[in-house]
Amino acid sequence: MLLEARGLKAGYGQTQVLHGLDFDVAEGGVTALLGANGAGKTTTLRAICGMCRVEGAVSFRGQALPGRATEDIVRLGIAHVPDGRGTFMELSVEENFRLGAYIRRDREVAADFDRLCGWFPRLKQRWKQQAGTLSGGEQQMLAIARALLLRPKLLLLDEPSFGLAPLIVQEIFDIMRRVRDESGVGILLVEQNANLALELADLAYLLETGRIVAHGRAAEIRQDEAIRRSYLGY
Amino acid sequence: MNGLAHQIVAGIATGGIYAAVALAIVMIYQATHHVNFAQGEMATLSTFIAWSMINAGMPYWVAFFATVVVSFAIGVAIERLLMRPVQNAPELTHVGVFIGLLLIIGNATGWIFGYTTKSFPSPFHSDKPLAGGLISAHELGSTAVTLAVLLLVWAFFRFTRLGLAMRAAAYNPRSARLVGIRVGWMLALGWGLAAAIGAVAGMMVAPIVFLDPTMMLGILLYAFAGALLGGIDNPMGAVIGGFVVGVLENLAGAYVVGTELKLTVALAIIIGVLVVRPSGLFGRVVYSRV
Amino acid sequence: MTRVDESLGPSGAAGGSRAWRATLLTLGIFAAVAPAFLLESFQLFQLTMAVIMALAVLGLNIVTGYNGQISLGHGAFFAVGAYVTAILMSHFDWSFWATLPVAALVCAAVGYGVGFPALRLGGLYLALTTFSLAVAVPQILKHKALEDWTGGVQGLFLVKPDPPFGLAVTPDQWMYLSVVAVAALCFWGTWNLVHSRIGRALMAIRDNPTAAQAMGMDISALKTKTFAASAMVTGIAGALSAVAIEFVAPDSFTFGVSITLFVGMVVGGVASILGSLFGGLFVLFVPNIAEAISKAAPGVIYGVILILFLFLLPGGFAGLLRQIAARLTRRRP
Repeated sequence: MLLEARGLKAGYGQTQVLHGLDFDVAEGGVTALLGANGAGKTTTLRAICGMCRVEGAVSFRGQALPGRATEDIVRLGIAHVPDGRGTFMELSVEENFRLGAYIRRDREVAADFDRLCGWFPRLKQRWKQQAGTLSGGEQQMLAIARALLLRPKLLLLDEPSFGLAPLIVQEIFDIMRRVRDESGVGILLVEQNANLALELADLAYLLETGRIVAHGRAAEIRQDEAIRRSYLGY
Repeated sequence: MNGLAHQIVAGIATGGIYAAVALAIVMIYQATHHVNFAQGEMATLSTFIAWSMINAGMPYWVAFFATVVVSFAIGVAIERLLMRPVQNAPELTHVGVFIGLLLIIGNATGWIFGYTTKSFPSPFHSDKPLAGGLISAHELGSTAVTLAVLLLVWAFFRFTRLGLAMRAAAYNPRSARLVGIRVGWMLALGWGLAAAIGAVAGMMVAPIVFLDPTMMLGILLYAFAGALLGGIDNPMGAVIGGFVVGVLENLAGAYVVGTELKLTVALAIIIGVLVVRPSGLFGRVVYSRV
Repeated sequence: MTRVDESLGPSGAAGGSRAWRATLLTLGIFAAVAPAFLLESFQLFQLTMAVIMALAVLGLNIVTGYNGQISLGHGAFFAVGAYVTAILMSHFDWSFWATLPVAALVCAAVGYGVGFPALRLGGLYLALTTFSLAVAVPQILKHKALEDWTGGVQGLFLVKPDPPFGLAVTPDQWMYLSVVAVAALCFWGTWNLVHSRIGRALMAIRDNPTAAQAMGMDISALKTKTFAASAMVTGIAGALSAVAIEFVAPDSFTFGVSITLFVGMVVGGVASILGSLFGGLFVLFVPNIAEAISKAAPGVIYGVILILFLFLLPGGFAGLLRQIAARLTRRRP
């Protein structure tokens, strides 16, 4: 198992947001984390990366994560595309790419640059432009490219469809399909757009006010009308 | 018009020093959103360290580079030991720590090296007057050195991996962590670099104003004015601002208010900028969303 | 840093009986007056200066501690107060008491004037600007254009007022008692201000300016008036200091004064009336102690103490007392 969480609790300051979660992400698999606003989905991703107060057990390829600094967790092979994209707005697309590969010491970085520019031709067009001038969709692509440049084993995606037009969202989800198929990266996907997420995912967990209220194979959850009506709103 | 030309040239020479200190201030501001009020005292201490090395017989340039390295180390140490523990504290605490630093360094300098004014050598000499007496050897040399330093720093940030990481850490520490950058150490490096730049500025200005523990206080003020004028979050702007302030100060001192009131010119610039256009000439205008 | 809710008052829960308060008051008056007759001339002078500094720190506390506008230039108001008194007494032969209200008003006006550009500046920029002001003050004071008034570098000499007819006290003792009286009045006034609705408004602006504005407070008016009040109090302290020392000169008002006031405020206790008192005592007596520890570097020790307080005791002496008092009251059954 790539990522295992048992009894994960997390919060900010005095506020407790997650009350004990158990979930898994398999190697090469896509796990979807669904739920309404405020359910704690973003907090879950942040907890994995050590960006908030964490208790409980989270292990990544056998290594315990709680207590480590974010940058150390990243160096273990976890890439996080945060809410708001986290692009370096003042820097160029090229510089964002270079930063994505910051910790890499191997010689295949240039090849990865080319490959990703092939996947995201629009980014190649805007190579020297300031990232802040890119459209929302382009910034999302840039954020994903940056995360992939890490050559991560696990990719955390926080609401990639947020604020984007449906056509762009489709593009992005197609990219994620490619990522899953071609690179064998495990993906933990947080999404409010449950339909799209369930199309892509193998497993799904439903979060409500900091607890997992349902989980199972994505295909089953999609078929289950009761769950869809109560928790996913469609 | 010889007088005017010389004033402008001299203004550019001192402006180079203000630009260097302004850059140091902006670097720390960009990374931490705090102003290092003790920057001047740190530069003075560095200059005294150089002075004692030279006095002990070390050749000038050896002492120069040794001082730069030592200053870098001191800057890193201050960030790790003093700034890190209070990084999440309220603004007042930060200002307080900077003031404390100012007191400690300023007084330690006087304590260790004494309060008598000392002369500091210039490495630039010329037997013949340059450019028809328009510029002294030291003014020319000092301008060249500060420009070289500024250029090196710019190239470092623009072209090196580490420089990129430091910029990233300053702009967006959260995202920087997410690409594996050790943000804490980037801050420490920034402090070290700022301290080193300040040391160079101190060593370049000491031959002109003579070395004593309060040497840099006025200069710090001009550097503030330059940094604000250029835009306190814009390194390039700060550098330009420093040069502008240098020239303005010289011209105002020579033709308008007299040399005794030069500091007031700096004050006037500071107030003027903050009242008219707080983001400076080149800074970003930040609107706070409620 | 601890935000003090002074609306509970120093005697919070125990507030109770009038007799208790009357006793405290009497004791307080006694404690304040007694030193005049117990201490030697020089020690009395030092205590006088300590009270003056406490008053100056109180002024700074009004605008920085209670209202959150960081001023590193309060030495400037101190200087203005001192010079107004000095000039009126020296050039126009005014009596000291007559100069006090004038110094107060002039400083209030200057503070109000500074308050306007200060509105545009947030914490850091204000600190920067006031810092620059503090650095520039000696130069301004020495300027030739003002020399006729200020006495230039040589400064002006003053004479302590004589005690009024009949009172069997020395000028030094009279000075001390006058200072205590004026300071007590200002402290009392500030205490009232802080515990009033206006005081709470000031603190609201400090803690959450956006919310305060949303609740309809006229922030600009309040902030400028706060600066005025703050400058006035520190200016009064300056005026008192001019007469107590019997001398003013530009080099007495370097930016070191502003720093001293700031240190006094932090060490004594930010946003605390009692803290201001501690602060005054601290800034006057500790440099002497520091010098005893290390003849060569009292300033270093000063800075170290400041940083230690910021790290370990952000509430200052007053905060420490509060913590102790809280522990004690918790133990009562």
